[in-house]
Amino acid sequence: MAVPLQELHEEPRVVLSARGLSKSFGAFLAVRDVDLDIQHARVHALIGPNGAGKTTVFNLLTKFLQPTAGSITLLGTDITKTPPDKVARMGLVRSFQISAVFPHLTVLDNIRVALQRPNGLSTQFWLPTSALDRLNDRADELIETVGLKRERNAIAADLSYGRKRVLEIATTLALDPKVLLLDEPMAGMGQEDIGTVSNIIREVAKTRAVLMVEHNLSVVADICHHVTVLQRGEILAEGDYAAVSQDERVRLAYMGTEDA
Amino acid sequence: MSHVAHSSTTNTARTERSATASKAYAAFLGIGLVLLVVAPMFFYPIFLMKLLCFALFACAFNLLLGYTGLLSFGHATFFGGAAYFTAHVVKEWGVTPEIGILIGVAGAALLGLIMGFFAIRRQGIYFAMITLALSQMFFFFCLQAGFTHGEDGIQSVPRGHLFGFIDLADTTSMYYFVLGVFLIGMIVIWRFINSPFGMILKSIRENEQRAVSLGYSVARYKLGAFVMSAALSGLAGGTKALVFQFATLTDVGWQMSGEVILMTLLGGIGTLIGPVFGAGLVVTLQNYLATSQFPVTIITGVVFMVCVLLFRRGIIGEFYASRLGRKLGFEHRR
Repeated sequence: MAVPLQELHEEPRVVLSARGLSKSFGAFLAVRDVDLDIQHARVHALIGPNGAGKTTVFNLLTKFLQPTAGSITLLGTDITKTPPDKVARMGLVRSFQISAVFPHLTVLDNIRVALQRPNGLSTQFWLPTSALDRLNDRADELIETVGLKRERNAIAADLSYGRKRVLEIATTLALDPKVLLLDEPMAGMGQEDIGTVSNIIREVAKTRAVLMVEHNLSVVADICHHVTVLQRGEILAEGDYAAVSQDERVRLAYMGTEDA
Repeated sequence: MSHVAHSSTTNTARTERSATASKAYAAFLGIGLVLLVVAPMFFYPIFLMKLLCFALFACAFNLLLGYTGLLSFGHATFFGGAAYFTAHVVKEWGVTPEIGILIGVAGAALLGLIMGFFAIRRQGIYFAMITLALSQMFFFFCLQAGFTHGEDGIQSVPRGHLFGFIDLADTTSMYYFVLGVFLIGMIVIWRFINSPFGMILKSIRENEQRAVSLGYSVARYKLGAFVMSAALSGLAGGTKALVFQFATLTDVGWQMSGEVILMTLLGGIGTLIGPVFGAGLVVTLQNYLATSQFPVTIITGVVFMVCVLLFRRGIIGEFYASRLGRKLGFEHRR
C-alpha cells in the first residue's frame, strides 16, 4: 500500500481492544481496569496529566509490559500473552516517547531496517549489503512522504530532534501497520514539524487505526476523533474532544493547561 | 557504503570520504597480503601460524562483542573444543585435515547453539556469567572424557595430506594452508558484517527496543551471531590443533576465554582488523617473554591497563580516530 494514500474514508470498526487492563508495580497500581476500543480509520488520543499511566498503557498494549490483569484483542486475536516482536509482526507497531532511531545508521538505512523484515531480507548473512538496494524505491517514497529528502544520506544522530521524530514515524510506516501507536509524536517539535506530522497522521489514519499519546491539546482538537482521558491509571472521561473538554473533572485535572 | 549521487554538501563529502577510505583499505589490504605471503621467509613459521590462528579467533570473538554487543566469557569452549574434535577425528579416524577442521567447526557451532540457547536471553554481566559457567562445565567434561586423554591431551596428531595429496608435514605448505584458512575466515566475517543480517545486528546493538518494536525476534538474531562466532572460533581452534599437532586443556580453560577478550580490546572492538593486531601483540609478547624469567601475565596485564587508560578504542580504533586515520577517510563510530 502506498503512502500518500488516496481519499478513501473507510468504515470505522474496532481493531484493537482492551478489557479490564491493569498493571501493578509491587504495591503501586499504575493502570487500573482500563477499557479501550481503537477503531480503524480513526485517530484516538490518550491524554492525561504526567504520571497518569499513558505510557504504561502503551507498553501493555504493545506487550512490552505484561498486564497484571485484563485482556487485549488485536484484529480478533487474543494477544494478552503474545511477545512484543510477534505483536509487531501482526501489524501493531509503536513509536517511543524518547526518539527511537538507530543513531549511527543513515536515514535511508533506518528505513531499510524496517523494510527488510517484511521483504524477507533480514536473515541473509551471505548477501552483500547492496542486496538491500532493491528496497530503495519504497524507502525513498517514505522519505518523500515525511519530507526528509534532503537528509536522506545523513546519519540519524546528526538530525534535529524534530527530524528524528519524523524519521521514526517514517520507519514505523515502513511496516505498513494496521494499528499505529504513537507515544507523544509531537513532543519537542517546532511548529513547522508539528504541522507536517499532523498532516501525515491524518493521512495515514484514513486506512489504519492510530492511537496517540499527546500533550499538545490543540493538536488533539485538530486531528483526533476520539479522546480518552487517563488520571492516576484510571479512565476519567471519554468522548470526542468537544465533549471531553467541557467535562468538569477533566478541566480540573488539566487546570491551567486546558487552553494550551 | 554505496550512495546514490546527491546534491547536499554533507552527502558529497561523505561519499568522497568513503571513497578515500575504500582506497586506503584496498592499499592496506594489498600491503597486508604481501607481508603475509612473504612473512615465512623472515619469521619462524610456527610462530606465524600460531599468530594467524589467534588472530582469527579474536576476530570471531569480535564478531560477537564488537558487532552484536555481547560479551562472552566462554569462547575457549569453541576454540579448544574444536581443537579436540579435529585432533580426535584426524588421529583416530584418519580423515584428511580439511574434513577434520570442518568437523571441528561443526562441533563448535553445535556447542555454540547449546551455550547460546541458555545464555542469549540474559544481558550484560549475567550473559557473561552463564557463558563462563557453561564453559567451565565443558572444561571439566574435557578433563574427564575418555577421548581427550585428560591432562595429557591428544598428542602427536598427524597433519596428514590436504585433499589427500598435499603433504602438510612440510612447514611451508602448512603455513600457506593456515593462511588460506585465515583469509577464508576473514572473508566470512566481513561478508557476515556487511550483509542484510549484519544490518539487523547493527540495529539491535544500536537500539534493541526499537528493533523489537519493528518485529524482530532479537534473541534469534543474537543466537545466529553467537553460533557464527562459535563456528569461526572453532575454525581457528581446529587449525591450531593441526599446527601444533596436539589438543590440550589449555585451549578450553577460562584463561583462554580471558586472553581472547584481551586481544580484542587491545586491537579495537568493532573494527574488522583490530583483533588481528591485538592477537599479534599478545602472541608476540608471550613468545618473546616465554624464554625470559619475567612472568608473561604481569606484562600482558600492564599492557592491558595501559591500553584501557590511554587508548580505550584499541590500537586500530585509535588509529581510525586519529588525525591521519580521519584524513584517510576512516570513520570510527562507537
